[in-house]
Amino acid sequence: MNKRSTWALPYVIFLVLFVALPLILIMVYAFQDGNGHFTFGNFAKFFTDTDAIETFALSLEVAIENTALCILLGYPAAWILANKNLNRSAVTIVLFIMPMWINALMRTLATAELFHMLGMQLGKGTLIIGMVYDYLPFMIYPIYNILEKMDKSYSEAASDLGATPWQVFWKVQVPLSMPGVISGVMMVFMPTVSTFAISEFLTNNKIKLFGTIIQENINSGMWNYGAALSLVMLVIIGITSLLQDNKKDVNEGRV
Amino acid sequence: MKNTENIIEIKNISKSFGDKRILNDVSISVKRGEFLTLLGPSGCGKTTLLRILAGFGTADSGEILINGKDITDMPPHERPVNTVFQRYALFPHLDVYENIAFGLKLQKVPTDEIDRRVRRVLKMVSMTDYEDRDVDSLSGGQQQRVAIARAIVNEPKVLLLDEPLSALDLKMRKDMQIELKEMHRKLGITFIYVTHDQEEALTLSDTIVVFDDGNIQQIGTPTDIYNEPQNSFVADFIGESNILNGRMIKDRLVEFAGHEFECVDEGFGEDVDVDVVVRPEDIYIMNRLEGAQFTAKVKSCTFKGVHYEMFVDTDKGYELMIQDYNAFEPESEVGLIIRPADIQVMHKERTCNTFDAEIISEDRVKFLNTEWECKPQTKFAAGEKVKVEVKFSKVELIDHPEEGTLAGEVHFLLYKGDHYHLTIRTEDRDDIWVDTNDIWDKGDLVGINIAPKDIKIIKCDE
Amino acid sequence: MKRFFAQFYIWLLLIVLYAPIVFIAVFSFTESKVLGNWTGFSTRLYSNLFTGEMHGGGSLMSAIQNTLVIALIAATVSTILGTIAAIGIHNMKGRGKQAITFLNNIPMLNPDIITGVSLFLLFVFLHVSQGYVTVVLAHITFCTPYVVLSVLPKLTQMNPNIYEAALDLGATPFTALRKVLLPLLKPGMISGFILAFTMSLDDFAVTFFTRGTMGLDTLSTYIYTDARKGGLTPELRPMITIMFLGILILLIIINLRKARAARNAA
Repeated sequence: MNKRSTWALPYVIFLVLFVALPLILIMVYAFQDGNGHFTFGNFAKFFTDTDAIETFALSLEVAIENTALCILLGYPAAWILANKNLNRSAVTIVLFIMPMWINALMRTLATAELFHMLGMQLGKGTLIIGMVYDYLPFMIYPIYNILEKMDKSYSEAASDLGATPWQVFWKVQVPLSMPGVISGVMMVFMPTVSTFAISEFLTNNKIKLFGTIIQENINSGMWNYGAALSLVMLVIIGITSLLQDNKKDVNEGRV
Repeated sequence: MKNTENIIEIKNISKSFGDKRILNDVSISVKRGEFLTLLGPSGCGKTTLLRILAGFGTADSGEILINGKDITDMPPHERPVNTVFQRYALFPHLDVYENIAFGLKLQKVPTDEIDRRVRRVLKMVSMTDYEDRDVDSLSGGQQQRVAIARAIVNEPKVLLLDEPLSALDLKMRKDMQIELKEMHRKLGITFIYVTHDQEEALTLSDTIVVFDDGNIQQIGTPTDIYNEPQNSFVADFIGESNILNGRMIKDRLVEFAGHEFECVDEGFGEDVDVDVVVRPEDIYIMNRLEGAQFTAKVKSCTFKGVHYEMFVDTDKGYELMIQDYNAFEPESEVGLIIRPADIQVMHKERTCNTFDAEIISEDRVKFLNTEWECKPQTKFAAGEKVKVEVKFSKVELIDHPEEGTLAGEVHFLLYKGDHYHLTIRTEDRDDIWVDTNDIWDKGDLVGINIAPKDIKIIKCDE
Repeated sequence: MKRFFAQFYIWLLLIVLYAPIVFIAVFSFTESKVLGNWTGFSTRLYSNLFTGEMHGGGSLMSAIQNTLVIALIAATVSTILGTIAAIGIHNMKGRGKQAITFLNNIPMLNPDIITGVSLFLLFVFLHVSQGYVTVVLAHITFCTPYVVLSVLPKLTQMNPNIYEAALDLGATPFTALRKVLLPLLKPGMISGFILAFTMSLDDFAVTFFTRGTMGLDTLSTYIYTDARKGGLTPELRPMITIMFLGILILLIIINLRKARAARNAA
């Protein structure tokens, strides 16, 4: 029976070749110049390039604002959807989940076209509104999931012990739903901070985000600098994922 | 010459997981057509042995013969045995009929014969109309029947049953016990049955093998095991019992609970420490004090359905459990009589702790992988191998494991009327036995101390 | 009253959320090249989509075809690779299991752009010319972890004696796998396949970095190029509408079946 563990071997080889090695290559390229010599030059270039630093800051700002807006709009929605007294139809839930299944570029394009037709000036405002459009379902779904599965007896116990409905909400439901909020944050913040095509659509190429700079460098053959920028992003992602120790929740949101 | 009476020979099977010994040199012979039960508490090794018989586990050493043929290394699908699993393990994607036909289809039995045999076993387990049902829609008892049908339809030489009734409720369990016994009689094949339920074992079996800690404690018929337990573990595990320290004064005369009693046991020698077992239903209790062998005061009386269960304090300060059809008021004085034939005398497995040890210095000695302070002595030199004896009552247990010279866990406890006899297992899996009046629970972590004067050092070959 | 406000909020959010798609759907029934300019009802764009006679030639058609073929191959290979891997991982213990689970999580946690850049560098490093094959390999890379995670719970939920019961009844290890294990893993494999398929359909960034320079387009990269050129090919409007409706119907069917299964189980 134990011999079956060898079945994982093909996948282990695959993972090493297509997951581990590529990540190592990012690091290798990031610390090399164009001739393959070791250098910190790529990072020096980034930290002295005010344009790059500003773009980096802007990306973080947009990602944080987008995440905050998604929580603000999404938490009440998820709470209502999970509450059997306030929402009895399964259709609304399906409608909230569905955008997750549609090609993001298509949705963004549709949004941008709508902004355009409404005569809205494409810029930072439309960028953030458009991103909320794109990522709100990814915030609602994990929070809904955890609220829906939450044992009702916690809330009942709290009321029984004298908590008002408001106190039940803040002292019991919100803390217990935090894992859902955290996976929502992971599913919103990470893609926003690393996005590239979406920002171009939503601002008509007026605003560049960090992802766009990475893409431009890679596409124009500046692999080493592009790799260095990717490594900077990986660090940001690494810090964010420390938020969450149980990585499984990330996947639950998607399924 | 081939032994034709025994269908299975289990020879010297040992098995360890890591440094934990699960089976320790186990040998059992199973007679053809016998209903044999492996009985013991959870973790005693009985299920491991069953899995080795079925071929799901391998033994570290030893061999297994079926019909004289060595099957130790045979893969499970070639063995002439079938298993009824604890949680049934019915295939959820197949219906009742397909589950039962699974083995026959693999053997390429013709369809009409499969049909005939499946219907026959369905009838046998009283599930005739259920063949098209989804297995998930069946109740626990019905799933149980299908699991049994699925195994016996293949006409195995031996049927292995791994706690098959443990998931059922009490009423269902009783009914199924009767049905299993009936099925065993009709099929005429050998059943090997694993359970931790002593009542189930006593009801069903021709032979019971009592296991503890990977060792066989006793093999015998249900009556033997109940009436003549060979050690205090068996006495305690099978049924309710009063186990007391006693002293064999001479043949047919034993002293316990502060009194002398006539008994039927001989050959223990004179003035020998023994363990005495008296079943609670074997103590006669009456309001009359005259004519009684000894007297006691009733402490508590609880109605148990058929009988009353009473705890009494005897005149010499021992606590006994008594079962009787009549109730006796708490605080009342009662007279007690025990008939000679109802006293079971057992050899003591041990009379004191004995450890292999090594002298470190004049006042230090090392045993159980730990250095202890002992009384200064000059008889033995440093480095000399010796033995150490410590009386059960001289081992001191304390609440905080880290404050003891050695830490351990309460592994087994036995109430002996006026004190507890505990088995303490250390982290290195050595056992120390302790007599104490303090109350501990199984699994408690304790610190162990021994006063220097209570460590008795003796020569190795004494 | 509380219920009214709750429902009001929910539906308001939905209306705002769906406005762009509804807007696209409405204007898919007119021929105008510019969105927002209604030039009368027409199903011309739909018929164009099916005959392939459209603005910009057949490149949209071939992009759609590429998207579907790549998704199909990637999802199939991922399902096979991921299922075998899950059985292996389930039977592993300790450090090895932790290490492989960690590696398996990386493609799911990594932003697409990092996966794309890292695979781009891999293919550059190995001097592999990029095109169809590299895109398929890249898609398998980010799809397989989802299959593994869909199949693993089925293995852990399974009664560990099931496989042994098959052996006990005379099945060889291979027969036990085919007749018992695989049928029981099927639901996990199917949901893994669907997940992998939609992940692949949805992907833009990874395809973008690994498709090379030979002009290979999937729907995503086609839309990207198209939009950067400054105009939306009108036939994309019926395209988006059809996909939207298709997914809506699919999700409703799935949810109805789930609800029915839940009722049956109760």
